[in-house]
Order: sequence, then structure tokens, then C-alpha cells
Amino acid sequence: MTEITPVLRLDGIVKTFPGVRALDGVSLSVMPGEVHALMGENGAGKSTLMKVLGGIHAPDAGRIFIAEEPVIMTSPQQAKAKGVVFIHQELSLADELSVAENIFLGELPLKSFGRVDWKTLYDTTDAILETLNVGFDARTRVGDLSIANQQMVEIGRALTVNPRAVIFDEPTASLTDAEKVVLFKVIADLQARGVGIIYISHRMEEIFKITDRITVLRDGQYRGTLITAETDEDEVTQLMIGRSLDLSRNASHHQMGDVALEVRDLTCGTLFQDVSFSLRKGEVLGFYGLVGAGRTEIAETLFGLRTPSAGQILLEGQAVRITSPIEAIRHGISLVPEDRKNQGLVLGMNCRDNMTLPQVDGLRAGPFVSSGAEVEIFDHYKEKLDIRTPGWRQIVGNLSGGNQQKIVIGKWLSMRPKVLIVDEPTRGIDVGSKSEIHNLIRDLAAQGYAVIVISSEMPEVLHVSDRIIAMFAGRVMREFTSEEVTEDNLIQAISGIKEGRVA
Amino acid sequence: MTTARRKDALKHGAIWGFILVELAFFSIAGEFLAVSDKAFMDFDNMLLLLKQSAPIGIIALGMTIIMINGNIDLSVGATYALSAIVLLDSMTWPALQAMGDWAIPLAWGLALLTGTVLGALNGLIVWKTGVDAFIVTLGSMLGYRGLVFMINGEQPTSHLNWTLVDFAEAQFLGLHTATWFLLMAALALWLLMTRTVHGRNAYAIGNNREAAVNAGIRVGPHMMWNFVLIGFLAALSAVVFYSESGSVNPNDGMLFELWAITAVVLGGTKLTGGYGSILSTLGGVIAIQLLRKGLGHIGAATETVNLVIGLILIAVLLLDRQLNRKGKEELKI
Repeated sequence: MTEITPVLRLDGIVKTFPGVRALDGVSLSVMPGEVHALMGENGAGKSTLMKVLGGIHAPDAGRIFIAEEPVIMTSPQQAKAKGVVFIHQELSLADELSVAENIFLGELPLKSFGRVDWKTLYDTTDAILETLNVGFDARTRVGDLSIANQQMVEIGRALTVNPRAVIFDEPTASLTDAEKVVLFKVIADLQARGVGIIYISHRMEEIFKITDRITVLRDGQYRGTLITAETDEDEVTQLMIGRSLDLSRNASHHQMGDVALEVRDLTCGTLFQDVSFSLRKGEVLGFYGLVGAGRTEIAETLFGLRTPSAGQILLEGQAVRITSPIEAIRHGISLVPEDRKNQGLVLGMNCRDNMTLPQVDGLRAGPFVSSGAEVEIFDHYKEKLDIRTPGWRQIVGNLSGGNQQKIVIGKWLSMRPKVLIVDEPTRGIDVGSKSEIHNLIRDLAAQGYAVIVISSEMPEVLHVSDRIIAMFAGRVMREFTSEEVTEDNLIQAISGIKEGRVA
Repeated sequence: MTTARRKDALKHGAIWGFILVELAFFSIAGEFLAVSDKAFMDFDNMLLLLKQSAPIGIIALGMTIIMINGNIDLSVGATYALSAIVLLDSMTWPALQAMGDWAIPLAWGLALLTGTVLGALNGLIVWKTGVDAFIVTLGSMLGYRGLVFMINGEQPTSHLNWTLVDFAEAQFLGLHTATWFLLMAALALWLLMTRTVHGRNAYAIGNNREAAVNAGIRVGPHMMWNFVLIGFLAALSAVVFYSESGSVNPNDGMLFELWAITAVVLGGTKLTGGYGSILSTLGGVIAIQLLRKGLGHIGAATETVNLVIGLILIAVLLLDRQLNRKGKEELKI
């Protein structure tokens, strides 16, 4: 009898980016017919590892084997040709084209003179769709399909080659429970055909339902591989989060002030419902939940980017209506957005101009902007927030992520906000600057600012917050004080599990 | 930082360097090839060049702001023609004729108002509908040109007012009236873009519209004011030019939008918005006019001129791309 060899094996992968060791000797092997979960917090290195596997990043060290043959991946197309296919969380489909055209995009079957062989195209596609057992045919326009069915198209694309390994990246993020069942069946079918599967997800429940083994990464390091049947959520969570001293709990010891913000039964369509909370001056309120739980949408509503369908917002006891960022700013609400580069900064402008952008109208001397007043503001916050830049003329796009974030924070602090909302304060920021930003947030609270921190990194939320609101599917599941919160009860709350039961 | 500033200076200075190269080339080539025996760098010739740069130049200044905003305005040529017709036609109205020379400021006012209103209309549509400025002004380009023909028919509108012609042909401190208008407009817009809140917001919106909205900038009204401004400038350009010429053809001003855009792009303003400078556009305008005059000076046919300008434009953009290319990692995907 021959020994079973892994369909795919990654061995000692190392990848360094300027300032960050994203992967530090990570190994992973997938057996034929196995569903192998890849877990880890955001920033643990899962997506970097998959980009190495897909040939988007070249590894600094380490090797990739397919059926124990060493390979060098140069592009996702080449990986596909070798039988390694990716199903991404973000679908990359052309809405206006048919299912068949999407599935065979770039490799349409041809007849003479470069004419498309439509018959073969539609027949092959229908054959593939049949194995997926879906309710639409090859000629359907992709834009008319539901998200779940579009995902099936994406999976269909994987099946045009005979895949050895399929990587699912958060495939259930936007699926309903019924749709998940269909997806799991497709995965089981692939499994039965001997395909190896890497399944990336944060959702414990699914992991324990469909996977055979679990590999955990933390901070770019391999933390271990567990056999699913022999472990439990606690053990996996332990591996994922670990213990790190610099992220100790940090509840405020200073006196809290009056209530700065109160939100009552705020609802915004299907995005979030009946959200109520209050925030005092000098307090950091953390929002934690999975992607799509509605955290960012609440921030956007408070900042006037979305219109609530019901509910009340009270600032210092006064009910306010906020319909645009202009009004939010006037009422003293500031938002440090999730996507710094696209939403927070004008990357092509210099540091000073970025920092004074919301208030430049108030810095005029006659018709002209007073450069002196602007530089004064910039210098003040440069010193206060320890922004490392050679001077205000530096183009913001050239700064490091941490310094960019400080510019955004400085921009809003200079407006003296009543409520400062920080969405993903340390996304894309290297470890050293992370703790600086954390300390900064704590300092601001100590100075009496009312701060909301939204984060998908649990240690971060635990570290900076005085209170934590756990969200799941658009609802507040539970509110924790920093004394009562534990990693376990927090994870349960954001997975929709109440008191140990599935909600 | 010093390197960043040097790079910036290089970028802003590039167009002026190009102008120097042109001057040197045509002066030397002119020695051998010139059809006339006058030197190319003749002082009067240069003054004339500035004057001839004015009509497209004034429009290109406005186009710079529009493009820094991330928009484009294709209707300026038609606005130019329509304003010119209003200028010349209004002076023939009995009411205005009765006023003697006082008709001149009134006719100017009416022409400038026409351009301003047409620009405001573009701006309102862009603001209120959110349709891309390219499409909106493509439509208004056709529409405004249609108005020109409806009002005017196929015939030229002519009216010569000698007081006006004298004014337009006057030279003050050596510079022609048209040149003065170009320089004053450039100065005013340069101040607007570098010293005022409006200018700051223009860069911010063009560079990152979402961040600008998040900083509380009213993007829609801001854009509308820029369309008002370029409409006014198109009319100003018409007023300056037709005060002297006194006759407007219904096809006048065609392709002006493209020449203005060419000058702006040659000056280094980015089509995608967020980056550009008024002074560099002025350089771009002069560079194009120099090419035209210079090629004529060495005996090249008019058709060749467009070919050469086209080639140079593409070469400049290629060069810009090469110089600004980011790391290799960026190119993948």
C-alpha cells in the first residue's frame, strides 16, 4: 500500500515587509480529501500566507510542494494551472456577462478564426453547474444572481481545472444559513473527490462542523495544528490569542465625566437594529464583532454618512439630527475612519494641509488662508502626538501607517470633538506604533475625551476599552465592563452564542 | 525632504525648461531654415506670441482648476462662441447703440454674464445629478453650439466698434491688452489656488473625494463654483479676442476645449485630479504657441504642427509615467 501524500504542503514560509515580519517560518500541509482550517486573528498572517501560495508575494524563504513536487508560484493563474484555486471573500465577477462567460473568463473555448465556441462553452458550463447542483443555467446574467449563487459561479470557475486544492477565504461571510448548507455540501463533494481544502474562517461553529484539522497562526508565526475532533473552542482560542504582556487590561482609574453621547434604539435598515448605549466623558467604549456585524455602520451613522431609519442620538443630553458629516463635525462628532488611505487622508497633500482640512475656513486672514495659524496647529499636534515627519511640507502618502494615523487623529483633536470615534485604530500599522496609538487613546480618555473604539482585534479592544459592546449580525449582544469581560465570553457573544447556546 | 522639494521644483520647472529648449532650438534652426530673415527671438515676435496665447490661455487657466477637481469641461469652445456673439450682437441693438461708447461695458457685461450662466448650468447639472462632468459637458458642448447656430445662422456676426478695437490693440508697458488679461487672470487664479480655502479644497476633492466629504467639505457646490468660473473665463477670453477682431463665425472656438486640455496636461496637471498648478498651465500654453510659431518660422506646414504637438504630448506623458512609476510590487495584479 502506498503512503498517502499531502496534495499541498507549505514548508517554513518566511515573508518580510518593510518593518514587519508577516510570516515567520509557517508550515501547513493538506491531505487529499481533508478540510483544513486556517485560523488566526486579523493580521496574524493568513492572507499573506495565501498570497504567497497564490504567487502574489514571493516568499523570502521556504518552499511550496504540490503532491510533494516542489513548485514556485508566480501568479494566481499559474497556481490554478497547477491545480491550486482560490475562492475569495470578495467576488471578482463581471456582472454584465453570463455565468458561462464568467466561469471561462480569459479561457473561452474557440473555433477557427478566433470565434467563440458558444455551444461547447454553454455545454461545459452546464455540466459543471450540474455537479454543483444549482438552480440556474450557463446563460444567466451574473448580475441577476444572489450573492450565494455568485459564489457558486466563483466555485464553478475553480472546477474548470481539475483542482487538487481549493482555498476558501471567509466563504460564509455574506451567506444565510440555508445558503451555507448548500456551500457545505459542495465542499463535502469536493472532499469526496479527493480535493484538499483550506478553509479560512473566524467562525468557530463552522470550523468545528466541517473541518478535519485546524492550523493556527499568530503574529505571523505557526502556533500549531490541532485535530478538530480532539480539541475544543477554548484550546483554539488560546492558541489564537495567546498572552502578551503589553496588551494588559487597562481600565481607567480617573474620574469619568458627564454623559457625552447617548444612543437610543438606533436602527439603520438591515445593517443594525435597536442599538442603544451611552458614553461618558473620559471613557473609552469598545465595539467588537465580526466583519459585517454592523460596527462600522453605527460609526458612519453617527458621523452623518448614513441616515438612520429609527432611533435617537443625544449629545450632552440634547437630541440631535445628523444628516451629513458637515453637521456631525459642527455637533462635535469626529470619525477616524476604518480605511485611512481612502477615507481619512488626502494622500497627495502635505501634512499641514491634511491636518487643518476641516477647519481651514476658520483660519483665514481676509481672503487668504493664514499659513502661520496652520503651521501653529500642525506643530502643536506634531509634538503632542509625537508625529515623526521632517516637516509639514512632507506629503502624507510618504509617511508610515502609524504617523498617517496620528495625522488623522490630530486633525480631529484640533477640532476639539465632544465624541471621537476611532474605527480600526491600528489597521495596517506595525507592532511598535500600535502600542503608541493605544497609549494615545488611553491618554485622550484621561484628558476627558469621550472615545469610541471599533476594532476586530480582540486584544486591542480588551486593552483600550473601559466598556465593551459585543455585536452580532447588526445587534448588540451584550455589554461588558472591563471587569467581567473575558476572551471566552467575548468570543461567544460575537459569534451569536448567548450563555453557551446558539442564538 | 530636500529631495521631495527638489523633485517638486523639477516638476514645476519642467515646462519652463521645455520652453527654453524650444526657444534655443527654433533660434538655431531658424538661422538655417527660416523663411523670413527676422530672428525668431525678436522682442516684438515674443510679445505677439503672448498676445496670441491669450484666448486659449485664459480658458486653460480655468480648465486647470476643473481638472485639479477631477472634472473636465468640454463645452468651453461653444461657450466662447456664444459669448462672442452676445458681445458683438448686443452692440448693434438700438438701445445700446443709443448709448454711444457706454455700450461697450454693457456689452462686455452681457457677454461675461452669458458665459457665467452657461458655466453655472453645467455646474448645477454636475452637482445635482451626479452625472460625470465629461458626459454633462459633452452634452452641453453640443447644446451650446446648437444655440450658436440657432441665434446666428450660418453667417458670421460682425460689428466693429473702433473705440473697442483701439482698446484691444493698445499696448501698456509694452504688453498688449490681451496679454494683460491673461497675466491678470493667471495671477488671480494662482492666488485662488495657492492661498485660499477654495483652492485648498479643490486639491483635496480631486485627490480624495471621500476624504474631502469626511472632512466636511461641500463637494457639490464647490464643483459648481468652478464651472461658473470657467464659464466666466471662456467668456472673458471671447471678450478679449473679439473686441479686436469684430467678427465671429459660428464655428469659432471649436476644438478650443481640446487645446486648453492639451496645455493643461503639458503643464503637468493630472487628468485624475488632485495635482496641478496654474503657473505650469501658463507654461503649457506658451509652449504650444511657441511650437506653432516656431514650426511656422522654420517653414513647416500647419498640418505638421498638430502632428508634432500630438507627439510631444504623448512623449511628455510617457516620460511622466516613467518618472513616477512606483516599485515593481505595485505593478503586479
